[in-house]
Amino acid sequence: MSRVTVPKTYKLYIGGKFPRSESGRTYEVTTQAGEFVANAALASRKDARDAVVAARAAVTGWAGATAYNRGQVIYRIAELLEGRRAQFVDEISRTEGVTTAAASAQVDAAIDVWVWYAGWADKYAQIAGNGNPVSGPYFNLSVPEPTGVVAAIAPQARVGTSLLGLAAVVAPIIVSGNTVVVVPNTGAPLSAISLAEVLATSDVPGGVINVLTGSPAEMAPWLASHADVNALDLAGAGDIDWVELQLSAAETLKRVLAPVAGVPAPALERITAFTETKTVWHTKSML
Amino acid sequence: MTIDHPVALAPAERAVRLLGGDLTEKALALHLDGLAGVDAVGLEQRAAGLATRSIKTSSKAWALDTIIRTCDLTTLEGADTPGKVRSLVAKAVTPDATDPTTPRVAAVCVYGDMVPYAVEALGSAHGDPDAGLVSVAAVATAFPSGRASLEIKLADTRDAVASGADEIDMVIDRGAFLSGRYGMVFDQIVAVKEACRRADGTYAHLKVILETGELVTYDNVKRASWLSILAGADFIKTSTGKVSPAATLPVTLLMLEVIRDWHRLTGEKVGMKPAGGIRSSKDAVRYLVTVAETVGEEWLTPHLWRFGASSLVNDVLLQRQKLRTGHYSGPDYVTVD
Repeated sequence: MSRVTVPKTYKLYIGGKFPRSESGRTYEVTTQAGEFVANAALASRKDARDAVVAARAAVTGWAGATAYNRGQVIYRIAELLEGRRAQFVDEISRTEGVTTAAASAQVDAAIDVWVWYAGWADKYAQIAGNGNPVSGPYFNLSVPEPTGVVAAIAPQARVGTSLLGLAAVVAPIIVSGNTVVVVPNTGAPLSAISLAEVLATSDVPGGVINVLTGSPAEMAPWLASHADVNALDLAGAGDIDWVELQLSAAETLKRVLAPVAGVPAPALERITAFTETKTVWHTKSML
Repeated sequence: MTIDHPVALAPAERAVRLLGGDLTEKALALHLDGLAGVDAVGLEQRAAGLATRSIKTSSKAWALDTIIRTCDLTTLEGADTPGKVRSLVAKAVTPDATDPTTPRVAAVCVYGDMVPYAVEALGSAHGDPDAGLVSVAAVATAFPSGRASLEIKLADTRDAVASGADEIDMVIDRGAFLSGRYGMVFDQIVAVKEACRRADGTYAHLKVILETGELVTYDNVKRASWLSILAGADFIKTSTGKVSPAATLPVTLLMLEVIRDWHRLTGEKVGMKPAGGIRSSKDAVRYLVTVAETVGEEWLTPHLWRFGASSLVNDVLLQRQKLRTGHYSGPDYVTVD
């Protein structure tokens, strides 16, 4: 007797919960050949709004955690990915249409990216910060601080980016204590939501990473103009009108990282791009 | 106990008209206990149904302005200072500095000892909300518990009125009400109403707080609403905001139904004020829908409808900014409190 298959409906990840889109919309995720794989939620501007509220609420706790603790939490993501490797390899090979070996290599690379950025958590401040020489009996210290809520468009290329591109965009944003609202790869969003399911059972607090599957062209303008978003990572926005996004981001003085081809390489600059420098003066002891 | 000699005839006039001249505890109890019971399931279903209405575009813009126009901007903390009251007043007069078309709130609601500071800070903006000015409301009668002797409660009220309060928010004695001493609750409301009289013979508006969270059942809420109206309340108000649950949609609907029944019976219009726990514009719009569908849109004026809230105005301002600019706003663009 043949059995009826039970395809999974992938939902959004907002504030540590998995809601459907408030619009009730879904879209079909297919293989490269057009074969049905699963339904994913098609997020609307109101989902983006809710995600920003959740991200804002999470900033205080996440930015207030010690750098060492944030590093451990991010390293834990890599550990959990390793444990569920088979599922990710399967999803990547089905949606991207690549061989198991290629999918496996992408999971490896994604895990390495998480580990690489986890290591920077309690080290980037030593590179980006400084003790400034001043002519007086004062310590003068410049320290990098997280900017707040960052909206990001993950790389959209159909092959080779669905899990790795997401990690390469999200990890540098959250490592300094920012929270993120990310639009993952539209064509191959399954590994992003599976990653969200990993995050929900990891030590990452709800609201630090929010995943909105759907159309970057639809949501990006709302995120770019949103007054409560502090910065914009347009890594995967090369195919949409990103100049317009930069213009509306400028209205509220957001930091903007321009689109890149392919997957952004791990770099310290991606961490410091989403930090503000705070300079403090303190008197030296008289003793 | 009898109420043969009401403290003030004028405020108790409603009860005398309805129940006759021999206004006794027994007559009051017979009347209140004889009220039809509340269908709790039906009430909650009706409230849930009203909460599903979708209010968009120009209706939403009107609703947001109405929420601000009928809001009592409130600070009722032990840590209140004259400075905090002044900043509250500044916000009441100019809710959104980026948009001068934003209407003013109806009143600021403070503790009795803060009334002089509120009056002083308002200056020429102090007055009737119908004229675009801002009133001062004071909580009195040993707010929020109401556990003090009648003399203290009356002194509390007179003090606030003498300081310039236009509206008095009193609490009923829930202990007396729950133990069935309706006459005592009635007498106290009548006495406080009398204490609201100013030197020139006019009265400060009296809002009677039922503290529905402590009354437990819908039947009790209905009886307490009816009792307060009989005793001369200008407004009935759900809660102090200090007890959870505070205002809920079903309780507000029930109290509005009592107000509607009273209007049908006598032609008099009594006001309604839900207070506590209403934080989002979405919630507040549901209350407006409930008012319009229960007693009618003519109730949506500051003289018959108020929101008691502290953080609601900020959310409404964010929504207003979104409608005006076309993009989402954030908490950095409204005041901290």
